[in-house]
Amino acid sequence: MNVAVRAMPGRGRLALAILAGMAAAVPALAATDVRLDPFDPDLTDKPSLQRGMALFANYCLGCHSLKFQRYERTADDLGIPHDVALRNLIFTGQAIGGLMETSMPAEGAKNWFGVPPPDLTMVDRVRGTAWVYNMLKGFYVDEKRPFGVNNRVFENIAMPHVLIGLQGVPEVECRGKKAANILADRSRILEKDPAARRVREDNCSWTRVVPGTGAYSAAEFDQAAKDIANFLHYVGDPGRLERRRIGYWVLGFLAGLFVLATLLNREYWKDVH
Amino acid sequence: MAESPPLRPVGPRRPIRRLIAWVDERFPLTETVEAHATKYHAPKNFNFWYYFGVLATVVLGMQLLTGVWLTMSYVPSAEEAFASVEYIMRDVEYGHIIRYLHSTGASAFFVVVYLHMFRGLAYGSYRKPRELVWLIGMAIFLTLMAEGFFGYLLPWGNMSYWGAQVIVSLVGAVPFVGADLMEWVRGDYLMSGITLNRFFALHVVALPLALVGLVFVHIVALHRVGSNNPDGVEIKDNKDEHGVPVDGIPFHPYYTVHDFQATVGFLFVFCAVVFFAPEMFGYFLEKPNFEQADPLKTPDLIAPVWYYTPFYSMLRATTFPLFGLEARFWGLVVMVAAILMPAVLPWLDRSPVKSIRYKGLASKVMLAAFVASVFVLGYLGTVHTTPLTTALAQVFTAIYFAYFLLMPWYTRVEKTKKPPERLT
Repeated sequence: MNVAVRAMPGRGRLALAILAGMAAAVPALAATDVRLDPFDPDLTDKPSLQRGMALFANYCLGCHSLKFQRYERTADDLGIPHDVALRNLIFTGQAIGGLMETSMPAEGAKNWFGVPPPDLTMVDRVRGTAWVYNMLKGFYVDEKRPFGVNNRVFENIAMPHVLIGLQGVPEVECRGKKAANILADRSRILEKDPAARRVREDNCSWTRVVPGTGAYSAAEFDQAAKDIANFLHYVGDPGRLERRRIGYWVLGFLAGLFVLATLLNREYWKDVH
Repeated sequence: MAESPPLRPVGPRRPIRRLIAWVDERFPLTETVEAHATKYHAPKNFNFWYYFGVLATVVLGMQLLTGVWLTMSYVPSAEEAFASVEYIMRDVEYGHIIRYLHSTGASAFFVVVYLHMFRGLAYGSYRKPRELVWLIGMAIFLTLMAEGFFGYLLPWGNMSYWGAQVIVSLVGAVPFVGADLMEWVRGDYLMSGITLNRFFALHVVALPLALVGLVFVHIVALHRVGSNNPDGVEIKDNKDEHGVPVDGIPFHPYYTVHDFQATVGFLFVFCAVVFFAPEMFGYFLEKPNFEQADPLKTPDLIAPVWYYTPFYSMLRATTFPLFGLEARFWGLVVMVAAILMPAVLPWLDRSPVKSIRYKGLASKVMLAAFVASVFVLGYLGTVHTTPLTTALAQVFTAIYFAYFLLMPWYTRVEKTKKPPERLT
């Protein structure tokens, strides 16, 4: 909570501190009361995972580490040959067996952004795949923020819109007004009526982009966000596919054994009664 | 037609028999096997509820085994614990399966133990002459709760940290010595690597030893008095001319094949969770625990794992100070009392019959209300408190205690049915 509090403007911080003191429900509301477009990850879609890794290595890894995950394991699981990975995905000069660290110094990052960019190895498990997908698509222009953008899902996010070159400039409009204006003073509205936020968000066009400013079409950018979310879902728990594969054998074996155990039991219990 | 070869007498071959004889002269092998398996007679009418004792033993074995393997790669320090768990999850061969077997095993342990305890409540397994079996069982339950609590800190996730922080700070509510006591438990001024290391020592050495020892004496005590059964009728009261209970059957092979079947069935369900839903939708592994412990960042909702939530609810439901002592202290008292309450059951139940089958309506209603209270309190412990949930928790805390405290009264006044002479 402290991180969130620190990133908020003065009045919001005070209000939040008071509310947090009174009822623990407030931070949860602020953190989760956002409509999320559904997204179901697909770990069998290797091309998507490979694109996700490429996008992550090019756009995210400069600031966000995946420090518990190794390049080699990832490349093997995703079907990327080691030499291709070494040439195109590892920019730190690390060996293929290295952990996916960022080269950004933590101390400097803290000075530049207020908080060091968090490690994202398990962001999918902490926040959910749909959250990651929506957050990547949730940026909008907000001149009041230091990096010129805010985020629908992660309010007052302390990072720039790194994918803006791909998406284009997202100027969100709500009933003809720019989102940044209409969503201002959100903490004041929230205090009075938590439902107000959802109503307002539903009136907004969250996919509007200034024409000609992005390298990707809307559909392509949507796919890119899905690919990255899919990749982070894989990284959150890379053993999922292996467990699924082994799991069917284990359950099949136990089912067979159960039949035999039942027959054996029946044979012995004939004598009783 | 060719004559079939003569049948060999049933039993081990001669060299094996000689080896057994050699061992028997030096160790009571055959004697022990006969006393506890082949000539140990159990009631023939065990039903579904009688599987959970053996299943608890199976889970204990599994936890010990997977625990040993986890310890090979886990690093008990504040700096490395979290990373070492992820190392197990990613870099150790099959490490993720071993870890999920252990984390799911913790929840499964409480599932089977709670069902095992419910069986005892329903069929009066705590009644004379099984008071000591019951008390040893309560000691196992307490040890298990401690074992689970200490183990939950070890991944050093944010919920590990704050959950332990909340529970440890409870001892701070003890009058006069609270603050010093809290420091003594933690070994530091706040939850730290020191705390982690002592919890690790307790979790992997002290408490598993205690658990194994207690389970052993639990079974020894049980085999002295014999198992109860769904009818609550003593099979030892009705023996044949050889001194064998008429309604008893040898534990081996009848109940060993029976339990084998149940164990396989249990493992099927268990493995379905381990392999396909190890987080169990946030109930077995809580989301904030995938973030490293951060003393500056409190999770939105600090909730213990599901198996502690009924008691945690009662703690939170105690909202009023009394006799000049703060509400937090009385919450601690209520929680500890709730956990210890079942221990006095043998002396609260005054019914002439043991089993719920022959008890009156009052006992049935109270048992149902008790089970409902555990479920409701368990749910309430997983959500944010509001005035409504607090009021609900207070009502159901009262019901929980009423089941025990009113028992001497309602078991005496209700009309009971006469149990059968023999097992049904």
